[in-house]
Formats: sequence, structure tokens, C-alpha cells
Amino acid sequence: MGALLNQRFMTLAVLAVVIAVLPLVFPSSYYFRVASLVWVSALAAIGLNILMGQAGQVSLGHAAFFGIGAYAVAIGPTHLGIPPWAAILVGAVLSAVLAYLVGRPILRLKGHYLAIATLGLGVLIALVISTESGWTGGPDGMPVERLTLFGWRVSGSNTWYWVTGALLLIGTWIALNLDETPTGRAFRALHDSEVAAQVVGVDVARFKLQAFVIAAVYASIAGSALAFMNGFINPDQAGFLHSVELVTIVVLGGLGSIVGSIVGAAVLVTLPQALTIFHEYEHLLLGLIIIVSMIFMRNGIVPSLSGLFLRRARS
Amino acid sequence: MTSKTTLKFMLAAGALSVGMSHGALAQDTVKIGSVLSATGPASFLGEPEDKTLRMYVDKINAAGGVAGKKIELVIYDDGGDANKARTFATRLVEDDKVVAMVGGSTTGTTMAMIPVFEDAKIPFISLAGAIEVIDPVRKFVFKTPHTDKMACEKIFEDLKKRNLTKIGLISGTDGFGASMRAQCVKVAPNYGMEIVADENYGPRDSDMTAQLTKIKNTAGLQAVVNPGFGQGPAIVTRNYAQLGMSNVPFYQSHGVASKSFIDLAGAAAEGVRLPAAALLVGDKLPESDPQKKVVTEYKQAYESATKQPVSTFGGHAYDGLFILVEAMKRANSTDSAKIRDEIEKTKGFVGTGGIVNMSATDHLGLDLSAFRMLEIKGGDWNLVASGS
Amino acid sequence: MAEFLQFLISGLTVGAVYALVALGFTLIYNASGVVNFAQGEFVMLGGMVTVFASAAGVPLPLAAVVAVVAAVAVGLLLHRFAIEPARGASAVTLIIITIGASILLRGLAAIIFDKQFHKLPGFTGEAPIDVLGAAVQPQSFWVLGGTAVVVVALYVFLEHTLLGKAVLATAANRLAARLVGINTTTIMALAFGGSAAIGAIAGILVTPITLTNYDVGTLLALKGFAAAMLGGMGNPLGAVVGGLLLGLLEAFGAGYLSSTYKDAFAFLVILIVLFAAPQGLFGRRAVERV
Repeated sequence: MGALLNQRFMTLAVLAVVIAVLPLVFPSSYYFRVASLVWVSALAAIGLNILMGQAGQVSLGHAAFFGIGAYAVAIGPTHLGIPPWAAILVGAVLSAVLAYLVGRPILRLKGHYLAIATLGLGVLIALVISTESGWTGGPDGMPVERLTLFGWRVSGSNTWYWVTGALLLIGTWIALNLDETPTGRAFRALHDSEVAAQVVGVDVARFKLQAFVIAAVYASIAGSALAFMNGFINPDQAGFLHSVELVTIVVLGGLGSIVGSIVGAAVLVTLPQALTIFHEYEHLLLGLIIIVSMIFMRNGIVPSLSGLFLRRARS
Repeated sequence: MTSKTTLKFMLAAGALSVGMSHGALAQDTVKIGSVLSATGPASFLGEPEDKTLRMYVDKINAAGGVAGKKIELVIYDDGGDANKARTFATRLVEDDKVVAMVGGSTTGTTMAMIPVFEDAKIPFISLAGAIEVIDPVRKFVFKTPHTDKMACEKIFEDLKKRNLTKIGLISGTDGFGASMRAQCVKVAPNYGMEIVADENYGPRDSDMTAQLTKIKNTAGLQAVVNPGFGQGPAIVTRNYAQLGMSNVPFYQSHGVASKSFIDLAGAAAEGVRLPAAALLVGDKLPESDPQKKVVTEYKQAYESATKQPVSTFGGHAYDGLFILVEAMKRANSTDSAKIRDEIEKTKGFVGTGGIVNMSATDHLGLDLSAFRMLEIKGGDWNLVASGS
Repeated sequence: MAEFLQFLISGLTVGAVYALVALGFTLIYNASGVVNFAQGEFVMLGGMVTVFASAAGVPLPLAAVVAVVAAVAVGLLLHRFAIEPARGASAVTLIIITIGASILLRGLAAIIFDKQFHKLPGFTGEAPIDVLGAAVQPQSFWVLGGTAVVVVALYVFLEHTLLGKAVLATAANRLAARLVGINTTTIMALAFGGSAAIGAIAGILVTPITLTNYDVGTLLALKGFAAAMLGGMGNPLGAVVGGLLLGLLEAFGAGYLSSTYKDAFAFLVILIVLFAAPQGLFGRRAVERV
């Protein structure tokens, strides 16, 4: 137990140091912007990883919750007069309630059937967002008021770097702790075998639902952060392709590995930026890199590399 | 320039660049940025824009550059994704340090990038259609394409002349279609138009007969308008003919203003009308038309360089680039603030889209006369004579 | 009545394409357990290769054959260099590999062909045919007929040939199939090739109606996957029924309810069906082995 506690502390400490030190090597604000995007995507991915990696349930519509969080902070202050900071909570609560309500029937489904049901849910929500243009600005999106905290106007790439970095640290801390609670152990039991978990008395339906709600809240808060950071939001962020991107981050980084989700986000967010030098070959290379990494690191980047490292250390 | 002198010039330039430090070289170039949707669902906009910008920047540089400096063009592809566009905008401003930006293929990407350029006080000439880009006016944001509102007005003007007032709308649910539909609904009462049917289709739908059947069976229908861009309107047009609706006048928008629309829709396109820039009918313009020279030259240059038919979308990029370059010449400076002021003072600029007269309250500078009403006849664009 | 018939034929035509894509999903899923998200790219290849081959002067029927051969080659390469090396990886890892393949194929198509939309002429003219008051493109009959031929051919292959039975055996239990001497790797390659051929045929049949470009595959994969799940993953009959049903839902939804929310309507029905029958309409009741 002591060792475990230690490992958790180390993970957080390393992450904090990375966040603190990176700006020293950043040549311009653009790098702050890209890094902030990594932190936001990582936050959403960590939530999804609790659902996918720990509880073993797939979601192909997770961007919908990201969209709800984003549009909550766009619509709340603009149309309803809710203060921006409170709109974040409204989004999170909305996402949690929605996840709770649809989670019960949806999570009875298994494997690919769960995938298509969550995909359908995501498509429905994205469609409502892009159609109800009186509220959401339609497919072209809408502007988002700046976040003000205690009279402090949060803006600029550099500021958002620290805000999103802090959010990621908190999200990581919660996820790491969850891992070691009875709930976390129940999640893992679910992942390994649902039937076995049920036999040993785990309330399968309840824990699946919990994981789904937690994942929805993570995505919602990440969505709110992105909307504030961009000062603008459009329905793409709630769409199917963004859902696929989130799943790709989780699997590429390593299913069940929290650090993996951060690494996965870093790879998938920075790769398109780095590949711009190849012009029209950009997409071809992106696809190729995804294929090759999944073939050679089939458990994801972090678990595969740490496995390799451990084997080396032992021999 | 003959090939021999070009060679000499290149050798000289090479020798110079070797001899100079990086800093000195940077002083001889000025960076112009662009973020375009060269791939993804709006690639039919971004691709010709991309080709146009690259081609003309090369030409400008070969002719000596602008304000004594060569232009260095930095283009990023956002794939139609607004969030990506936002990041590339930051990259242009913070990392590449561009002095101005010509780009933003869609309204969605443009709107996402506006805060970046407004904050950085760098002029941004957008290539997107919707009126919200320039209304309300933002200090550093300009645009070259006609607005969707103008397209609706031009169509309604034509309908009014023909004494047709009961119209059906079939709109794409993409940004372009949804925005133009909203504008048409808004200005319809000004022209005494009554919208009797209002249907939608997804941007990637492959069959619109269900929606058209509903419109067809609407009592009193006199004409149909299709706000949309991409391949959707081509399928709508084919389904329109398939259902035997050709006796009801059919209007497309400036969103289909490329030859590929006629190719894709085939015989079904006969008789379809649309408002579009003079670029499409360059060869049919009278010699006296002030735009004649510009549009025929651009068409020739584009088609010989790319082997693809010209579209008004590439024309928007041409207009944007040259409005910027002329502003830089007038300012004789590469200072963003000075360039912005000169862009706003653009007067009598003859572009592919029309004659541009900007002001502090108008960052587009085109009026309805910039739009020509065209009709497709014999597989080609034809000017509709005023009054018919 | 004419209106109803118009919606019906429109829905069946679009649905037939979804059905072929869903069939492609099913074939690969049965042989290998992989959900192949690059399935839509086979449809794209079918259309695009035919367009470019016929533009280069190859007669249309021959161009279509070239397109099918090209798609099959890509399908086999996909299996050999992306799926086979990852043998034994988890289902979700394999899905991400096929998503990578889909991005790669789209990028490749954008470079080799172009990013423009293209059309093909209708196989037997374009003058609409009057069917009891509904105006139908002749190509619709090609799509429906072609789909029927593919479905029957696949049925005969699976039920009446030794190789087909080996595919079915592999689908039922891969380990048992290997134990009775079936080379499951060959079966998997066969499934990828066959699935690519079916996708390409769908692309060739439908391009005269729907047009094509380098990224038409994404949406088709989404719809085809939905259709396969609606019918019940792994059941070829379910895939066909699911596809046709999805097409009909969209057409009737657009015609009688709301064209804005027609996709929502389709997915709502899928959700309701899954809540009532968690294995899809024709799905197998799987028992989890502990």
C-alpha cells in the first residue's frame, strides 16, 4: 500500500514538474496554446479511460458530453445570464444527469452494441446542437464570453496553459485516487470479467453507471475549458469524429493507463502540427503512424514501453 | 523575364542568401499567413484558394515583391475543423509572426480565428461567405466574397421581376446552407416573398427526392431556392429534374459557382439560375465591362496552371491577396496597423468578385451590382438580360 | 400513393448501399472479429477508380472490373500489413488500426486522384422511369438488382461451397476451426478481399446517383456500421435487413416527419430496437465464457 501511494505521488509530482518546466523551453505563445490543447484533450481522455480502461465499457459518443460542457458556458452567460464560472458547473451537472438517465438502459448493452448506442446518442446530441441555431448559432458555432474569476479576466494562451494544466493535475489526482478505492477495484473487476465480478457480489450495473457519469463529467469540464480558451465553439467539438479522436487517444496511450491518456493526447494533438511540413502527405502519414504504433505497441504507448523497460530491468 | 535572366536572377539571389545572415534575410521578406480548408468537406473551397495564393505569390515575387520585400507565404490546412484553424491562427501570429492573413475558407473556421487576429491587431481578410464575418464590423476583419444575404436579395429581386412570390426552400444543414437559409427567411418579407415550403438535407446526403417530393406537392409553389454548397446542390438539381419539376423555376446560390456543378448536375442543370461573380462569364462580358480584363486573366492563369476549371472560390483568394498587396504598396510598409488602415481605404479595386469600395463601416465593399444573375444554358453560364 | 412509392424507392436505393457496406462489415467481423472502419474507403475506391479509369479511356465495364480488382488488392494489403501483424491484439486496438487505415487510404486517394467530386453516367441512361406515379432513376434498379445479386452470390458461396463453409466455421469458433484443419489466416484474407470487392461494387453501382470523392467513405462507414448493428452484428441477413431499414427510416423520416431531424429519427429507432433487443434484430445470443 505504501509503495502504491508512493507511485501515485510520483506520477503527480512528475506531471507537475513537466507542466512547470515546459514553458522554459517554449519559444512562443503558440507552444502554450498547443500544450493547453494537450492538457484539455488529456483531461477528457482520462475520464473516458475510467470508463473504457477501468470499467471496460466503450463509448463512441463521448464528444457529446464535451459539447454539452462547451455549449453550457457559451449559452449560459449569453442567453440565460448565468455567470461564466457557474455555467461550468451547470454543464457538468447536466452531463452527469444525462449520463445517469441514459446510462441505465444503454449500459445493459455489450461490446459493439454499446458502441453503436453511444454513437447514436452522440449523433443525436450533436444534431440538436447544430440544428437549434437560435440557441447555439447553428453549424457555424457561437462566441463564448471570457471567463472572469473574482474580477480576473482569464485570457491569453499563457494564462490558459496554467489553468488547463491545473485542471489536468486535479483530474489526474482524482483518477489516481479512484483507482485505489473499492469503486476503482470494482471497475477493474468489471473490465476483466463482468460475470466473475457479478458472482463475487459486485453490483455491476451500479458501477458501470458510476464510471459513465464520472467520464461524462470529465468530458464536460474539458469542453467548458476549451470553449473559454477559444472564445468560440462550434458543433464539430460534439461530433462523431471528435468522439473517435478521444477513443484513439485513450487506446493509443494505453487502455487503463492514466499517464497513457496524457501521452496519447500529447501525440495526437501535436502530430498534426508537426506533420504540416509534409503538406498533402500529412493525412497519409498520420494514418500510417497510428497503424504502426498500434501494431508494435498493441497495449498502447505507455503500457508497452513500461513493459519493455521492466523486462530490460529484470534481465 | 527570359529563362536566361531568370537563371541569372536566381543565381544572384542564391549567392546573396548564402552571404547574408538569417536576420538580414528575414528583413527582406514579409510573411503573409493563410489557414485554408484544403482537405475535408470544404476542400472544394480551400483547394482552389490554396492554389491561387501560391501561384500569385510566386508571380508577385518574380516581379520584385511588394514594398521592396519578397512575400513569404505560410499556409496551413485546417481540414475544415474550427478548433484546428484556431490553433493554426495562433501559430501564424505567435510563431510565424505574419503581418497579415488571407484565409478562412468557411464561416465556421473564420469565426473561430477572428478573436486571435483581433487580439493581435493583425489584419485578417476572410474568404468565407456569411454576413456575420463583417457584421458587426470588427476593426481588423475584412472579407472578399459576397454575403449570403446579398445572394438572397439578388435571387428575390429576380423572382420579383418574374412575378413569382411563393417559394420553397431546400437547404443544406452545413454552415453555408443554414446561414443562407436564415438570411433568406429574414429578407423574404422585404421582397414580398412567401416561403411555402422549407426543407433541409445533410451535407453528405446522397438522395433528396423525399424532400423535393414534399416541396413539389406544396400548393401554390412558384419557385424553389437551394441554399447550399459542395456536391449537395448537384444532387438536388439532378433529383429536381428526375421528379419532373423543371417547369418550376429553380435557383441555386453562389455556393455552386464552379464549372464542376454543371459537370456533376449534367443536363439537369439546364435552366437553373444563380447569382454569381462576373468571373464565371468572363468571356461573355462586353468589352466595356471594367472587370473583363481581370477575370479573363485570372481564369487563364488558373486554368493553365492547375488544369482545373476556374471557380469563384479561388477568385475570392485572388481578390483578398491583391487587396492586401495593394494596401501594402500604398502603405509602403509592412506594419500591420498601417496595412489595416490602407485595406480599409480600398477604393475602386477591380477584383474577380466585383468593384470593391471599403470604408470604416463596410469591410466588404461590394454591392448587389457585383452579383450577376446567371442562367445555365447549353452546359454553360449565361448572363440573364436584365428585365427577363 | 405516388408519394409513398417515391419515398419507398428512394429509401430502398440508399438502403441497398448501406446494406452492402454492412455486409462488408459482417464478413470481416465474422472471420476475424475485427470491426473494419475502413470499409467505407472500399466504396470510395470502387467509385473513384472507375471514374479515373474510364476517364483514361477504359470502357466502363472494364473500368469497373479494374476498380474491383484494385479494391481487393487494397483489402488484401490491409489484412497482410496492418491486421495480420497485430494478430492477437484486443478488439479495440484492431479498431484503431482500421481507423488509421481509413485516414491513410483517404490521404492516399486525395494525392493519387484529387479532391474534386466526380460522377459516372447511368449504366442505362438517365431518363427517369415512371413507376405508378413515382419518378425513378434507372440506376436505382441497377443498385437494387446488383445488391440482390451480391447477396445471393454470397449466400450460395457460404452455404454451398467448401470454402464458404470454412468461413462459417471460422465465424462460429475460430479455435475449433483451426483444430479441424482450416487455415484461418487464409480465411481472414479471403474475408478482407471479399469485403473489399462488395464495397467496391457498392461504390460503382451508386456513383451515378450519389457522386463520389476521396472522403465519401467516412459517412458510409458510420451508416453501414449502424445498419450492421441494427440487424445484429455477424448475421449477413441482419446486415441486409438493417441496411434497407436504415435507408427507409431516413427516407420516410424526411418525407413524413422532419427532414432536419431525419438522422436523429433513424438513430432513435436504432436505440429503441437495441433497448428491446440488445443483440440487434437477428443477433446471436452470446454467452460469455468465464
